[in-house]
Amino acid sequence: MRRQLPILIVFVSGVFMVIQYFIPHESFEFIYEYAMDWIIIIGIFAMLLGLWSLTRASVSKVQAKAPGWGFSVMTLVGLATMLFLGFYKGNKSIAEGTFFMDLFWYIYTPIQATMFSLLAFYIASAAYRSFRVRTVLATILLVTALIIMLRLIPLGPISGVNQWLASWILTVPNMAAKRAIWIGVGLGATATALKIIFGIERAYMGKD
Amino acid sequence: METIGIWIAALLTLGIFSFLYKDNPFYKFCESLFVGISAGYWFVTTFWQVFMPKLADNLVAGRLYYIIGGVFGVLMLLRLFPKIGWLSRWSLALVVGTTAGLYFTRYLVSNGMIQVQNTIIPLYVKGNLSQTIGNLVIVIGTFSGLIYFFFSKEHKGAFGGLAKLGIWFLMLSFGASFGYTVMSRMSLLIGRMDFLLGTWLGLIR
Repeated sequence: MRRQLPILIVFVSGVFMVIQYFIPHESFEFIYEYAMDWIIIIGIFAMLLGLWSLTRASVSKVQAKAPGWGFSVMTLVGLATMLFLGFYKGNKSIAEGTFFMDLFWYIYTPIQATMFSLLAFYIASAAYRSFRVRTVLATILLVTALIIMLRLIPLGPISGVNQWLASWILTVPNMAAKRAIWIGVGLGATATALKIIFGIERAYMGKD
Repeated sequence: METIGIWIAALLTLGIFSFLYKDNPFYKFCESLFVGISAGYWFVTTFWQVFMPKLADNLVAGRLYYIIGGVFGVLMLLRLFPKIGWLSRWSLALVVGTTAGLYFTRYLVSNGMIQVQNTIIPLYVKGNLSQTIGNLVIVIGTFSGLIYFFFSKEHKGAFGGLAKLGIWFLMLSFGASFGYTVMSRMSLLIGRMDFLLGTWLGLIR
């Protein structure tokens, strides 16, 4: 019951999703639409688990006065504030101009954008280290990156050539390599899906 | 509110940038706040924009099949109770099975068949040299790339040579992705600098 029923559910739902692809009948489409919505609903319940896990980890850290526990307090304060502001006025709480959205625009957005922009520095550092390696592969990577980066910059007489070269790289050799990756991913995903549907792969069930 | 908001955003931006010097309490403060705020933000918006229309509104409208999704969702929460936590596997099984079935056909068609079909192209196009060269490069690049990913045979001899050619193509592709990533991160950096020097300090207009 504990292990057999989940395997049966996986088999039935997996086989159904495969079959419905080949039978475009309205009754199959009807169940397909519902199944997709059920998955989304389950996902939202799973988000609750995530919130619980975050809260429990932070509270444990604060209770144990572990190093950096003050930062866990900030996490809890941020979370509690957003939950309170997001629910206290019902669905109007998330309308533009509310305090909830102000926190989104003035805290969430700038931190996120800055975190992503930090990567520019680390990418520059990685490029420098690759350049120092001086291998054929590193050179191919960096020269291609340079051509792609320079294609939007006016370079006088060589602008046209660079743009043509960048366009050719993107549509021909880049496409060839991407196709090899996509085909590999496709075959791998198909094989994994079959292993899951037939109960060979059961890692999702965890341990008893 | 706008002025206070801009000041808060500017200080938080500087806090994150301070990581470039080294990991420090100012950065950790911003990072912890971000974790809490983002978790709360995504839960609340998903609740109002997805959960309510998908479950509550449908149930109120009499579409009772949605109760199955709700029941499986509640089963998921039973993970919090160790004695009956195994029941959450049913929900997980539905998600995993449905996704596996969906991806089986989706990946087989879009990543497998369509890509193979698009690679089976004429190697000689009469009167069009650039197209001929392009097609040749695509076929050779895709084939050698696939050879590189084939690990059941040792990469030696002609097979190894093709694998080596494959990795050259892959490096070229990674270089293109690298270039794109640098450009996107740089534009974000320019955006943050524009905010700090323009919106906050008013030094640039």
